[in-house]
Amino acid sequence: MKAAIIVSPGSNCDRDVRVALEQNIESPPIMHWHRDPDLPKVDLIVIPGGFSYGDYLRAGAMAAHSPVIREVIDRAQKGVPVLGICNGFQILTECQLLPGTLMKNTGLKFICRDVDIRVETNTSIFTRNYTKGQKLKMPIAHNEGSYFADTKTLSRLTDNDLVALRYCSDDGEVDEAANPNGALLNIAAVLSAERNVLGMMPHPERCSDKQLGGEDGRTLFSGLANAIMHP
Amino acid sequence: MKARIHINLKIGVLDPQGKAIKQALEGLDFKGVNEVRIGKFIDLELLETDANAARKATEDMCKKLLANTVIENYEIDLEE
Repeated sequence: MKAAIIVSPGSNCDRDVRVALEQNIESPPIMHWHRDPDLPKVDLIVIPGGFSYGDYLRAGAMAAHSPVIREVIDRAQKGVPVLGICNGFQILTECQLLPGTLMKNTGLKFICRDVDIRVETNTSIFTRNYTKGQKLKMPIAHNEGSYFADTKTLSRLTDNDLVALRYCSDDGEVDEAANPNGALLNIAAVLSAERNVLGMMPHPERCSDKQLGGEDGRTLFSGLANAIMHP
Repeated sequence: MKARIHINLKIGVLDPQGKAIKQALEGLDFKGVNEVRIGKFIDLELLETDANAARKATEDMCKKLLANTVIENYEIDLEE
């Protein structure tokens, strides 16, 4: 199995994602510079977190027009799995591979802490090794994480089981008190209609080893590798 | 030709910055401010001299990059 990690100026979770992937796949991931449109044939594309282009204009807006992104869109449309984490999620909404957008946190502050999230669906290659309703702890680190979409889009997401993760309380309840950033319906991660693209604000790569303080993210990478290698 | 693009959040989209500024104004004893909405403007200097063509090109730029039409509206002012 081969994976590519898209690196933009300002990406800062690219190497963390590489380490998390290396725990689960044999060949080392390709670190692919965003200016290079010639993306090798891969089985998985990851757009990591960071501050691509210094968040100029809007978070993810500039990177969404990088030469390689056109190729990423093309591959995603052909069914190649694409995972966007944090800034990667913002880029995926800006290039319209995922619906909605990520707005400034309602508290107007950058939030960097562990949050509780609930797995809303395990019918995806990204979440299939979790159980539906399972509570996870993952770090978030963002200024623009407040998921917004119009009501029609929100209904489409919920009706089609495309909300992958929601922010929840310690006892697994999805309520306003457990919402760190004002995201509509406490949405922390969404899937594309074809379920091969996932955008998530929490950082699974930052909790994929005991030494990092948690392993809840490791399951995502191992499940994903397993789903790709043994479809 | 110059184009000034005003970008604002759509009605109904929560503007936490505007809300915070409204509270700050109240704290400074400025009464009677019902709502504050924050936007931005972008100035372009265009080589195009035909107003219709300039407007069309600028609209295209807004849709593709300058505005996020999920949450933002844009208005274009052209100047000779």
